[in-house]
This record gives sequence, structure tokens and C-alpha cells, in this order.
Amino acid sequence: MAKITFITKDQESIVVEGTAGSVMELAVQNNVKGIDGDCGGVCSCATCHVQVDPASADKLGEASEIEQDMLELDDDANEYSRLCCQLQVTEALDGVVLNVVK
Amino acid sequence: MEHLKEDKKTKLSEFPDAFEQARIEKGYGEIDDQNDPVTMLLRLKDVRKTAHNWKTFISGAEPGRIVVPSEVHIRDIRQIPFEVDPPEHKSYRDLVEPWFKRPLGEEYQKVLKTIIDELIDEVLTMDQFEVVGDFSLKLQSRALTTLLNVPYKESETWIDWGVHVFRSEDTDLDGGKANILFDYLDEKIEEASKNPGDDLYSLLLSAVVDGKKMTKEEVKGVMILTFAGGRDTVINAVTNSIAYFAEHPNSLKRIAQEPEITGRAVEELVRYFAPLTHMGRVVTEDTQVCEHAIKNDSRVSLCWASANRDSAAFENPNEVVLDRKVNPHVSFGFSTHNCLGATHARQILKILLTSLAEKVKDIEIKDAKENIEEWGEFNRKVGFKNITVSFN
Ligand code: HEM
Ligand code: FES
Repeated sequence: MAKITFITKDQESIVVEGTAGSVMELAVQNNVKGIDGDCGGVCSCATCHVQVDPASADKLGEASEIEQDMLELDDDANEYSRLCCQLQVTEALDGVVLNVVK
Repeated sequence: MEHLKEDKKTKLSEFPDAFEQARIEKGYGEIDDQNDPVTMLLRLKDVRKTAHNWKTFISGAEPGRIVVPSEVHIRDIRQIPFEVDPPEHKSYRDLVEPWFKRPLGEEYQKVLKTIIDELIDEVLTMDQFEVVGDFSLKLQSRALTTLLNVPYKESETWIDWGVHVFRSEDTDLDGGKANILFDYLDEKIEEASKNPGDDLYSLLLSAVVDGKKMTKEEVKGVMILTFAGGRDTVINAVTNSIAYFAEHPNSLKRIAQEPEITGRAVEELVRYFAPLTHMGRVVTEDTQVCEHAIKNDSRVSLCWASANRDSAAFENPNEVVLDRKVNPHVSFGFSTHNCLGATHARQILKILLTSLAEKVKDIEIKDAKENIEEWGEFNRKVGFKNITVSFN
């Protein structure tokens, strides 16, 4: 079980709990504004863009090259950016805080 | 005999990569088009970078010029947001984006499901039918009534127009057919401005963009695109998917058994088919792409179809891997101008796959004529001119 906090663009804080699947799917199930997950999580649409709160950044692994290539050409991206369909919900993510970009 | 049949079968749902050699050897191809040549960019990274760089590679050129073949001689009207660059582009996009995200809603999906189920039930009763005209065009037109939120019966008019609103079989660019659409839109825009309702026309007519009320000309510029941009593309995606399942019955069974892969299957089919081959940009300064010099005021095109087969990003690019997990395809474009209708198109395809898996045991192809586009040295199969099948 992992507790994950999403902070939407209008500063609403949504705390959700999940055990499996991707973080994008968890966000969509919980109607987190700004995470659409249009491509269903295959790393093609970038409608699942989040920035990891620096304080919890060490809970995440590295982005794959394909994910990095997508983010590289996203004007809103910074060093904490991730496409959250590429993040699996595991115990390791417990307590992570994600800022929704859109 | 059986062997021969199998052989022929494999070919029909196969969409060969027409660009492989040029993509690997040079990274680009050249085509002439009405004395306004186009350099086609073929590699995924180049296509993405160029799509992202809207300052050097603009969409807001003379209306019609970023389309290949060029439409500058058949229209003056600017398509919006397609032929507008940032920052104005964003103002228009922000206005229409929420409307085009409606397909994420449950109610919307229910309506689409009814449309698709009815159509499948109808063709199931027929001995055989021609998919492009009797299935895909109907599905696309009926689904579009949901997107625009207009009465269902409008789709009858659109179906009567035939498959190509802008293009006809004999001439590449058919001004007469475009006029049918333009006249129709003028009439609908007048109606909505006299009697506003809750359709897309009315939303646009009442909209204020960057402090200015949208003109009827601009409203028309948006509406044209929802008809033109979403027509051949959806028709090809639907038709080609049916051809694929005809020759891969196990894939359809798999979707019935593992419905959770449906979304990935849609992305993979859309990657493989790339219903829109490429789209142009006009270059605003002397520049270079993949070490090739590109001149100011010339044209490049972003070849989505080629980029989707780039082995730098895709393993086994020429295979349909139904549950491909990482699939950074560009069939819906990339960056600023990425497809506004993608949410709608994806829902159509998702529901189509689900309903086919529920209702159809077996699809048999009786006859087919492929639609091969000619782009300079490249001959690319994009779909079918016609394909007759039976559903069982
Ligand atoms: C499978 C179906 C479809 C495919 C493959 C497709 C493909 C594309 C592509 C590649 C682009 C990018 C063009 C560029 O960068 O210049 C695009 C843009 C666009 N598409 Fe689609 N499309 C599809 C369906 C639709 C539908 C159903 C609609 C609306 C009814 C639509 C409306 C648009 C619009 C308005 C744009 C321009 C967006 C902008 O400039 O900001 N498309 N489409
Ligand atoms: S959901 Fe499409 S890239 Fe993440």
C-alpha cells in the first residue's frame, strides 16, 4: 500500500491510496484534475505530466530514455518532471508528493 | 489452394514501411508538389524536434500551404487552431480543449457505444458489406454528431457527401466537394447564430478570444477542421482495424478475454496504421535537419508514418504487438498541434474493439482494393479504397 499526494494546478491536495497499476491509473480513477492519461499509459501523449516534490524525489527511480525524450521537448518540464504512467505504484512510493503540471 | 489463400490473406492487413531505406540512409525524402517542394522528415527524433520548434517551422503560413498536396489554390480560409502559431494558437486551443475532452465522460461513451453496437448489429445481418462506405463512413459521421452535439440525423447528410469531402478519386484536389462543406457550414453557422443551442457552433459563436469575439469566418475555420481532419483519418483507422482482425482472429479473441489490453491495442493499431501520413510546416529561416540544409520559405513535412517505424524507438516496428507497453508513437502528432480529436478517436476505436470482440466471431475478406498514396519516390499504403467483408 502506498499513499500518494497529488497537488493540482489550482492547489487542491488529493491524497489517494493504491496497491498496484500505474500512478496515472490511480490518478484517473480518483479524478485528479490535469491527469487525463489519454494514451492509456504507453508513453505517447504526455497528458500525465507531474513534477515530483523535491523532498520526495529520492523515492523514484530514473526515467527511461523514451520517457526522457518525451519530457525533453515539453516546455513545462523541469528536472523533477515525470510521466506518471511510467511510475508503478509500489510500497516504495509511499508518501510521495506529485505536482500536477496541466 | 489453402496455402495460396493464406498468402493473399497476410498481405491485406499488412502495411509495409515505405520509408525504411530512406529513413536509415538519409533521414529525409523529397517530393515535388505544385512547384512548392517538400522535404519529408523521416526519423522520430527529427519529427518530434521539428514539430516542437514552431518558430522555425510554422503552421501559420498562407492558408493551405502546410497541407500536402498544397491547398493554397482551393481555399483562402484559415483552419483554426491548425494554421495558427503560438501564442494565438494557445488562446484558441484553451477555448476548445475542454469541449474536445468530453469523450472522457461516461455519458459520452455510452452514446458512442450505442452508435457502434447498432451499426455492428446492422452489418451482422448482411451477407457481406463494403466497409469503407457502409461501415466506417457511417460510424465516423454518426460519432461526429456526438462530438459536435448536433442532432443524429445530420449524419445522414454527411454520409451522403461520400468518403472524401476535400478529395475525389480522380483529381487530387476537388474544389467542388470542398464547396459542399463550406456552404453547409455557412448555413449551420447562420442557424446557430439566430438560434443558439448547446452545440459546438454556438459555443464558438459566443466565444471571446484574446478580447475579441470570434467572427463567423473564424468559427468556420474551426468547424472545417472537425469535418476534414477527423474524416479520412477515422475512416482509415476503423477500416484498417477491421482488415487486421479479419486476418488475426486470435487478436479479437484475446481482447474478449483480456479487455484490459484494449487501450494498448488501440494505440498499437494507430501506431501501425498511422492514418495521417504526414503534415507540413513552412520554414522561416535557412536551417538544417539531420545534417540536411533546408532553405528559408521552403516546406518540410513531419512524416508520422515513418517515425512510427523508427527502430531507434520501437522494437519489431513492422509487427503489430497488440499489448505493446511503451509506445511513443506520433500518429496523433506531437507538441503544439497534437491532435485535438484524439480523445474522440481513441474512444471510438476502444469501443469498436470491445464491441467487435463481444459480437463478432469471424470476419472474412471477400474483396479489397488498397489505397496507395504516392509521395515522390515513396508509395505508401494508407488504407483501402474499398474492402468487402462478411461478419459472422
Ligand atoms: C485516428 C484519427 C486521427 C488521426 C490519426 C489524426 C491525426 C492528427 C495529426 C497527426 C495531427 C497533427 C497535425 C500537425 O501537427 O500539423 C492532428 C491535428 C488535428 N486533428 Fe486529428 N487525427 C485524427 C482524428 C481527428 C478527429 C476525430 C478530429 C476532430 C473531429 C481531429 C481534429 C484535429 C485538429 C483540430 C487538429 C489540429 C490541432 C492543432 O492545430 O492544435 N482529428 N490530427
Ligand atoms: S498516459 Fe500517455 S504518456 Fe502517460
